[in-house]
Amino acid sequence: MSRSGVRFSSRALMADQAVFADEAMEYMPQLYSAALRMTRNAADAEDLVQETYLKAYRGFGGYEHGTNLRAWLFRILTNTYINSYRSKKRRPEETELDDVEDFYLYRRMGGLEAVRSNRSAEDELMDWFTDSEVKEALEQLPDQFQMVVLLSDVEGFSYKEIAEILDVPIGTVMSRLHRGRKSLQKQLHNYALERGLASANPESN
Amino acid sequence: MDQHHDNLDGTHQVPDCEAALAEVYTYLDEELTPVSQAAILRHLELCGPCFKAFDFEAELRVVIAIKAQSGEVPEILRVRISEKIALLRTEGGSGEVGGQPPTEA
Repeated sequence: MSRSGVRFSSRALMADQAVFADEAMEYMPQLYSAALRMTRNAADAEDLVQETYLKAYRGFGGYEHGTNLRAWLFRILTNTYINSYRSKKRRPEETELDDVEDFYLYRRMGGLEAVRSNRSAEDELMDWFTDSEVKEALEQLPDQFQMVVLLSDVEGFSYKEIAEILDVPIGTVMSRLHRGRKSLQKQLHNYALERGLASANPESN
Repeated sequence: MDQHHDNLDGTHQVPDCEAALAEVYTYLDEELTPVSQAAILRHLELCGPCFKAFDFEAELRVVIAIKAQSGEVPEILRVRISEKIALLRTEGGSGEVGGQPPTEA
């Protein structure tokens, strides 16, 4: 290979590396947040994120420029978690989720809006749950439900993107989302009950 | 969900309410076809109780997303990862642009 050819390829590689450094690093807060929910442990989350970035960096040649970098990184994150950290069994055992009715939380807490009608639903809801409770409720979900809920509701990926990230059919994404969200609501409701914010049973309309 | 409620135009829309409520998640995820999405939007414009239920779910999602991500990446993690990547760059051996001759692979 000619000297100029080598220089060209090293320039291209350095450009790639610079791109990686700028663009990929930007997603660290999101990846770290997801890693914390998955591992439930700060030390493991840090290791998971670090491993993800190193794999991503080494594999950057496999990333198609202009495609969804954030989804690509999350794919590495979830695969690394499944392959390396899941076996550590810090997570709740895989269980079948109980069947939970739709609008679980709304049926039990939606009526409270009427009492404090000057505030928006969002302001109310911000007060009802602490950050810790939301994080813990997410952490309670069994793995396969947790991942889809994180990717959709926290990270905003589409069904198609989630299906590609997790390498499962879209139908599976949808059904896990539906059940995962309801289970999350039930968990949040338990916290609200403990703090006397909610009724145990659906309110009559 | 109680189906006997008043709508703005006074008509009773029981089948539409059930159908709309069944799609709350796909609607909020914006994963319905444009036709279905528009049909549900139309229903929500007419049906106060259904609108409230959807609004609650939408707001809950926003709140969950905000609270789930509070807190920052430890600075030390950023630094450590940047350093490891920088190390990989130099180990990668391609050297500087226009600088040293390449080492034999």
